[in-house]
Amino acid sequence: MDYLEELENKSIYIIREAYQRFKNIALLWSIGKDSTSLLWITRKAFFGKIPFPIIHIDTSFKFKEIYEFRNKYVKEWNLNLIVSKNENALKEGVSPEKGKFDCCNALKTEALKNTIKEYNLKALLLAIRRDEHGIRAKERYFSPRTADFTWNYQDQPAELWDLYKATLEREQHFRIHPMLHWIELDIWKYIRKEEIPVVNLYFAKKDRRYRSIGCACCCVPVESRADTIKKIIRELETTKIAERSGRAQDKEDAYTMQKLRSLGYM
Amino acid sequence: MKKEFLSIVITGHVDHGKSTLIGRLLLDTNSLPEDKIREIKKISLQLGKESGLAFITDHLKEERQQDMTIDTTQIFFKSQKRNYVIIDSPGHVEFIKNMLTGATLAEAAVLIVDAKAGVEEQTRRHAYLLGMLGIKNIIAIFNKMDLVGYAQSRFEEVKANLLLFSQALNIKPAFFIPASAREGENISKRSSLMPWYKGLCLLEALDSLKPEEKIENLPLRLPIQDIYEIAGKKIIVGKILSGTICPGQRVRLYPSAIETCIDSLQIFGRKIKKASAGKNIGLTLAEDNLAQRGEVIVDSRDMLEPKTSFKADIFWMADMPLKLNSPLTFRLATQEVDCVVEKIEKRIDSSTFKILEEDAKELKLNEAGEVIFKTARPIVLEKFDFIAELGRFVIEQGLHLQGTGIIT
Repeated sequence: MDYLEELENKSIYIIREAYQRFKNIALLWSIGKDSTSLLWITRKAFFGKIPFPIIHIDTSFKFKEIYEFRNKYVKEWNLNLIVSKNENALKEGVSPEKGKFDCCNALKTEALKNTIKEYNLKALLLAIRRDEHGIRAKERYFSPRTADFTWNYQDQPAELWDLYKATLEREQHFRIHPMLHWIELDIWKYIRKEEIPVVNLYFAKKDRRYRSIGCACCCVPVESRADTIKKIIRELETTKIAERSGRAQDKEDAYTMQKLRSLGYM
Repeated sequence: MKKEFLSIVITGHVDHGKSTLIGRLLLDTNSLPEDKIREIKKISLQLGKESGLAFITDHLKEERQQDMTIDTTQIFFKSQKRNYVIIDSPGHVEFIKNMLTGATLAEAAVLIVDAKAGVEEQTRRHAYLLGMLGIKNIIAIFNKMDLVGYAQSRFEEVKANLLLFSQALNIKPAFFIPASAREGENISKRSSLMPWYKGLCLLEALDSLKPEEKIENLPLRLPIQDIYEIAGKKIIVGKILSGTICPGQRVRLYPSAIETCIDSLQIFGRKIKKASAGKNIGLTLAEDNLAQRGEVIVDSRDMLEPKTSFKADIFWMADMPLKLNSPLTFRLATQEVDCVVEKIEKRIDSSTFKILEEDAKELKLNEAGEVIFKTARPIVLEKFDFIAELGRFVIEQGLHLQGTGIIT
């Protein structure tokens, strides 16, 4: 078994374990490269037909390429898609210009809260990785959240080997992180090996490309000439620029991400 | 098989310099993005801290303010030889569960000792736990040599102390390295300040470790993880822990001891002819009526004896003591069964290794024990040294993980 197969096998085990333990689960698909890879592995884990819904948290500020990609592959992969939108906040005019922290919190975290409640979900599969951000590096594979979404990062349960905790207190849900052990470079190598389709924003146009995508207004492209997967892999093998350096919500203050995540952000 | 990654946990007593050591390794191997270095410098300045090396892994606000690692974290770096996953772990007694969380993901360990302070409580407890977890590749680092004038005599003294107790445990460090993480001595290059030391620096020692091989040559063990109904067919899924499997093979499911035959093997999109240890596969059985999660598939020529009573070494990490005959849940691979501890043959202090009591009534927080379990149903287990994944377990009580152990 090669290294990518090892990573994939570990993820498959975690995905199947989450479904076995909780049944009422969903996968969060941001349409970015990581959650698309997670979706791909999940399809493999269930022999092509995922037995639970896929959630897209739609802030309405996403790139148009993201919507096009979503609509195409929902059909092609026969997905049961739930679009999670905080309509009330949008009506009230919440937007990034009025404060990024509040915007992320209302349009992502609050939207997700409502969806979890509506579908009575017990666990969510998310594609976060340890190498993305110092605060994500502290995560467990099976990570409990309280009813109000709080992540008690100062007292996380022990997680030994692959004997994952799966007992819920009332009103709790679990965040499941099957891609935690992957790094950015692994994801691209896997995308190349498996020929996974990705949004074309990742590929350089006019010497710029997005390394991490989200809302159009809060993502800045990095300087790059990598217009193929092969070139992206070569670029990442030598770069000294952090993956999320173009993401606004990481930048406001050193602990914005910690604050957002403790409130239930992804 | 080419092993591209090695995972290493950094262990040792609080304040002996685990996070600083990791910061130094990353900095000296040029593994940090530029904006990360800028962020660390800025925060060190804000908090009035001299070096911010520990802040690379200590990412929580609370960790930085209190100068203490709270939870385990992982970071990646590359040497010229291979890629590493470095697992930082907290050295404070309160966070032993977080240290264990990190250590169970590691293939090798660095045990760090402050050369000035010497061996302390968590040095010994962490060493005990590494021994229990069967981590064989261990490097001992004697940090803060700058505080003892890089003196060989002090190094020898602390090393002798460490050797004394490591012999009593199941661990044998392969290297003993005098170093200063803060000053960068003997970390990524050999130090000129300790000419009396002729051995390898930490990075060279790491590169010389040989990861353990996968276990394809052992007998087949495949615990059933789940069963899916797809197009009217029952697909059994699970991870092969050891050995190989192929269609047509006669197998037995344990503990029920039902004999049947592998009908087909599959992964998404295709049937396969053979699969071996480490693979998560789907399969169909000739007779599948009694297949359920927790049953372990083995070759039919291999006779197992599922047990309801067995001995184990355990470590208790809950505030509430473990009491004889109180109801517990025992989890091993995909098996889960009600159980009690019937006898505590030995109650052991995990930091002094002293036997506190024989035939004890309870085990307290952070104590180790040799115990006899009694389970409500028979379960399949193996000695940890034979097939690790069938020889390690966790103990739950109510909603919480309270203890862990291995079958000896």
